[in-house]
Amino acid sequence: MSSTGAGLLQVGVLLVALAVVHRPFGDYMARVYTSAEHTGVERAVYRVAGVDPDSEQRWSAYALGVLGFSFVGVVLLYVVQRAQSLLPWDFGRGNVPPAVAFNTAVSFVTNTNWQSYVPETVMGHSVQLIGLTVQNFVSAAVGMAVAVALVRGFTRHRTDRLGNFWVDLTRGVLRILLPVAFLFAIVLVATGVVMSLKSGVDVDGRTVALAPVASQEAIKELGTNGGGVLNANSAHPFENPNAWSNLIEVFLLLVIPVSLTRTFGTLVGDRRQGYVLLGVMGVLWSAVLTVIWAAEAHGLRPLEGKELRFGVPGSALFANSTTATSTGAVNSAHDSFTGLGGGGALLNMLFGEMTPGGVGTGLYSILVMAVIAVFLAGLMVGRTPEYLGKKLGRREVTAAAVSILAMPTVLLLGAGVAAVLPSTRGALNNPGAHGLSEILYAYASASNNNGSAFAGLTATGDWFQASLGVCMALGRFVPVIAVLALAGSLAAQQKAPVTAGTLPTTGPLFGTLLTGSIVLVAALTFVPALALGPIAEALQ
Amino acid sequence: MNALVRQTLAGLRVLLVLTAITGVLYPAAVWGVSRLPGLHANAEAVDTTLVAVPREGDRWFVPRPSAATLPASGGSNKGERNTDYDAVVAERRTEVARREGVTEDRVPQDAVTASASGLDPLISTAYADLQVPRVARANGLGEDRVRELVAEHAEGRWSGAPDVNVTALNRAIDTEG
Repeated sequence: MSSTGAGLLQVGVLLVALAVVHRPFGDYMARVYTSAEHTGVERAVYRVAGVDPDSEQRWSAYALGVLGFSFVGVVLLYVVQRAQSLLPWDFGRGNVPPAVAFNTAVSFVTNTNWQSYVPETVMGHSVQLIGLTVQNFVSAAVGMAVAVALVRGFTRHRTDRLGNFWVDLTRGVLRILLPVAFLFAIVLVATGVVMSLKSGVDVDGRTVALAPVASQEAIKELGTNGGGVLNANSAHPFENPNAWSNLIEVFLLLVIPVSLTRTFGTLVGDRRQGYVLLGVMGVLWSAVLTVIWAAEAHGLRPLEGKELRFGVPGSALFANSTTATSTGAVNSAHDSFTGLGGGGALLNMLFGEMTPGGVGTGLYSILVMAVIAVFLAGLMVGRTPEYLGKKLGRREVTAAAVSILAMPTVLLLGAGVAAVLPSTRGALNNPGAHGLSEILYAYASASNNNGSAFAGLTATGDWFQASLGVCMALGRFVPVIAVLALAGSLAAQQKAPVTAGTLPTTGPLFGTLLTGSIVLVAALTFVPALALGPIAEALQ
Repeated sequence: MNALVRQTLAGLRVLLVLTAITGVLYPAAVWGVSRLPGLHANAEAVDTTLVAVPREGDRWFVPRPSAATLPASGGSNKGERNTDYDAVVAERRTEVARREGVTEDRVPQDAVTASASGLDPLISTAYADLQVPRVARANGLGEDRVRELVAEHAEGRWSGAPDVNVTALNRAIDTEG
């Protein structure tokens, strides 16, 4: 079979699997977040935590829950890393230095999983397990909780209550992420992924590092986290041993964001509302995949930074899916991609991570963009815009705009300052336009909580550690607060009746409008920066 | 402020409980299941052929170039317009051609480019074929026998042509020699 044929077959298998799974899984998730029952384990969690699972919160209390939980997450993860030498399985790797520990703590709590350290020599197994694996679960569940709260804003009327953050968080972890991750961790071991507490294994006289990979690998993809247990991430044969494990990992990182569109349609009582979002995501995902695949197939050095067992198609499929979902795991070195191929990966992030985006974050980001799209359409015809029976007034549009603008603001400020700092020159791994692309990519990755990198950039200097950490935090929490505020003001409204003047938000017209809005916002914001980086490279 | 403190304390308690579940019980359960026969060898990478490291001497097939610093993994992260790296690649091509006694135009791409992990266990059949005469000579084996071994260790068709697992192939040579 030709390389292209094999690649198309993989894409076909992936799409069929997602098509089969997204309905039952999406409906299951809808039941998880609406069920009135608590399981025994959940009751125990609420008892220990001292929270009343049956009392609902206003948007502000919900947001404080997210912030408080994330804050203790950063502190605890920082402390665990700084005290590594006291923990078992540290293999003499010592305490993690402060700047690395800060950056990593923010990175994993914000679901970014940007890595400024080499795991094999810096992180012991204890930190991987009780620190990083835990945040892989809970940061993903936080994203899903915020998305569900926003959906409740649309489905509820004349109430100031959005649900209970602790219940949504706990259910996301225990009912969705944990069982699926456990199942697939075992499946991954069966394909060859390692699960060892030893520090390394002798291979023909050389030591190659080992780690408890499988348990974190499964949630790393499922929760669109992306932080590699080993430095080469999913390019490492111990994390991703063959074409089958590769396909499983790509499936895992897409399955929740894709299925959540079904959850959304089910919760708002009109499945077509979910399908139109899925259609928009699918169109943009396919378009960028085509660009990356074609560009990489025609590169000057197509195999540089790629593994033979994946080839160009398996690498392009993974690169497109990991950047379109805010995962950031990599099975090839994006830094060695062509101008256009690496530019495609960058573009996925600049869309704002909604094609289909991260778990939860993808859904709430595209819903915010839908609000903007409906607002733009309303301006054109001069009517008060409505979406899903809610009027979009000044409060709602302001919240949506704040949510949309946070990412480009911190991205361009950070990248702009980095580009003029003298110390940055020494941090670059490639000269010319590609050097600028390395900087742009880093800030796009951090601000969008993606976590993949043009990894040649040496991001261990104080400026990069600190500024990328701040970009990750603002890129995560400013939109979260804005989205919850939007949800609060939507829930307070009564349902607006559908009239002849209401823009239908289910058909191809709205799909086109939404696609156009995503592309237009990204283009207006980023074309100048892209022209100096990836576009200049591609034209060389 | 009071509300923030209250939520933060609740958050701390929830996080500790979830740490016990997802950071201790969950990996312990996965580790436990991975002790089962059939999974154990994978989990501990027993006699693994998933990764390749270069072995000293002419008796062995040479894997792809590596930018990794063991025990860590990693790639070169060099872009395709990096002219300094062009020189490195050209040097590798000359070296491979000299080693195998062939002209430079016969050196395949995977022989001069570093993989993303630096541990890629596969080489193209073209690169394996190129190395057959040298390996046969150094081991005192017939070229036909070595070609048979190469064919036995061909795997994976995702990159178009079957690739050859260098680690498994070199261990087969160990057994022969």
